[in-house]
Amino acid sequence: MTAERSPTAAETELNSDPARQPDPDVDTLHAAVSDSPRPPRPSAVSASLTFGWRALLKIKHVPEQLFDVTVFPIMFLLLFTYLFGGALAGSTSAYLQELLPGILAMTVVFITIYTGVTLNDDIDEGVFDRFRTMPVWQPSVIVGALLGDAVRYTIASTMVIGLGLLLGFRPEGGAIGVISAVALLLVFSFSLSWIWTALGFIMRTPESLMGVSMLILFPLTFISNVFVDPRTMPGWLEAFVSINPVSHLVTAMRGLMHGTATAGDVIIVLGLSAVFVVVFGPATMYLFHAQQ
Amino acid sequence: MTERTSPTNAADRKRHSSAGTTSTVSTRNGAASVTDDRQRDRGTRSTTDGTDPTDTAATAQTATETEPEREHPLAIETTGLVKHFGETKAVDGIDLAIPAGGIYGLLGPNGAGKTTVIRMLATLLQPDAGTARVFGHDVATDGDAVRRRVSMTGQFASVDEDLTGRENLVLLARLLGYSRAQAAERTRELIDAFGLTEAATRQVKTYSGGMRRRLDIVASIVVTPELLFLDEPTTGLDPRNRNQVWDIIRALVANGTTVLLTTQYLDEADQLADRIAVIDEGRIIAEGTPGELKASVGSGVLSVRLRDPECRDAARDVLTSVLDAPVELESDPAALSARIEDPDRVTQALDALAESRIEVTEFTLGQPSLDEFFLEVTDRPTRGGADRDATTDDGMRQEGVE
Repeated sequence: MTAERSPTAAETELNSDPARQPDPDVDTLHAAVSDSPRPPRPSAVSASLTFGWRALLKIKHVPEQLFDVTVFPIMFLLLFTYLFGGALAGSTSAYLQELLPGILAMTVVFITIYTGVTLNDDIDEGVFDRFRTMPVWQPSVIVGALLGDAVRYTIASTMVIGLGLLLGFRPEGGAIGVISAVALLLVFSFSLSWIWTALGFIMRTPESLMGVSMLILFPLTFISNVFVDPRTMPGWLEAFVSINPVSHLVTAMRGLMHGTATAGDVIIVLGLSAVFVVVFGPATMYLFHAQQ
Repeated sequence: MTERTSPTNAADRKRHSSAGTTSTVSTRNGAASVTDDRQRDRGTRSTTDGTDPTDTAATAQTATETEPEREHPLAIETTGLVKHFGETKAVDGIDLAIPAGGIYGLLGPNGAGKTTVIRMLATLLQPDAGTARVFGHDVATDGDAVRRRVSMTGQFASVDEDLTGRENLVLLARLLGYSRAQAAERTRELIDAFGLTEAATRQVKTYSGGMRRRLDIVASIVVTPELLFLDEPTTGLDPRNRNQVWDIIRALVANGTTVLLTTQYLDEADQLADRIAVIDEGRIIAEGTPGELKASVGSGVLSVRLRDPECRDAARDVLTSVLDAPVELESDPAALSARIEDPDRVTQALDALAESRIEVTEFTLGQPSLDEFFLEVTDRPTRGGADRDATTDDGMRQEGVE
């Protein structure tokens, strides 16, 4: 390209300027920046998978981020099983059968917060700006992050179920029941994460985002059917539990794991998931574009 | 190696871009001749880009277009660009007309609105009012087309600090559409060319400032963009790293990329930019070639330090009479300085001091500082600097006369 343009008077003058020593690397520089045709734009799926790969690389470089994913579920499971199991269900092993699907749901639902926190960090660091100025399908940066998170959810699920089996969890639905329960959980978590991505754009710091998310998630996970039978609760509380999406998720997961699930249980969860995506997906993308 | 426009071209461009700006030159003279070759090349490039049928169609259409200004859309064209953040008018009516090719500098202090302008042009921010076009594509309504042509290196690290340098580049290459193998190949090429071999497998958070900046810029040119935004590319770098960054920028420009650069340093704008817009409080307060702008504040400043502070008043009288310019007393009791129009008089002035037996321990002949420049330009509402003729270009090559 340069060859097409004869040097102007000013250029010649500057090149002969003794104060400007040509850098020895200049030729290599020129070669590296020389035109190569722009490759075709990647598909939405390909771009999302690439961002998912980025999330995995981050896990590889910062394995500490898996600490919450692994240690908390183990702690919760042991704590609740042995502390309350005997009192609540007569025996720890009887309680474990009911508790495990609930703890699993609670654990993974809590981990979804990190989606928003990671996004918030990205925005702070400026790397997000680069992604936003690239000609890729714009939501892929978020979808990719969520796909990466799915890996984290799977790791957490494996930990909880593995430990549960050691402690005496015996799912009557068999392997298929357990796997479909986990799959349902992943769908629900992926959908729920859009709430945090939307909040990730609104909140200024990861800390405040964490605070708000906890404020939402504590009632959502504790005031549910995870730990106890809602029928023992006062009516107003039971009413909340019965409309709590987490309760529906836990009901469906218990059913799948023990082979008693109805299609209705599963459909409600899928419906709720769809609502999350339909409401908070566009909200996220709106905030993404409106971001200052 | 350096890309500078000849005075004729500069004059051409100046007239063209002035038409849209606050400057008083009103003749609209198409800058097409300046950028002919490059534009034609761009056209070829976009037709080979198989992914973009609209683009190809547009090229075919413009090829048959007779009106020269349509055939060569400006790299950047903004009219009345405004962006408010709450009460603050970050950008308050900016008009730019920047032809393709070369380096255009946005010069201004912190908070002047430079970054906001760049962020709007890179589709990161929506303008509150006015329009902005990049190669003819509106940033507000045709963001995708803009993003296919630009690349941005922000003021802060715009790479993932948790990943290694290599992973960052592969990630970007994949996002730009390279296959796995091509991405690895392109990454290797870039790492070798930009001296990042040793650092390629380390996490970016362990990089030195200069190395990180280099990676930042390399990350912007995985696919050579048609327009590159560089937001204060050398702020905080030592001179060696700064020169390396400048070399990269010059190499890019020699290859046909248009660069829009923001800087706080007059020196940097001077070294790199073909034209400069000076921005203050969200407005363009002056526009022109570096030479034109500096000519508007005199060609330089002579600073003198005396052995005996007692002699300062006498020295001032001598300098005033020889230089025929106001002489300022510095806060250092032995130092004084004068703005000079004619560098030849400097030797006369020093001779005169010697004849008067005033001993000088140190003297420098420097560029007007950005501070002085701003003071001068903001004090002068007529923007005299931008309207002077481009022939004063040599005003800028007087550094190192000492």
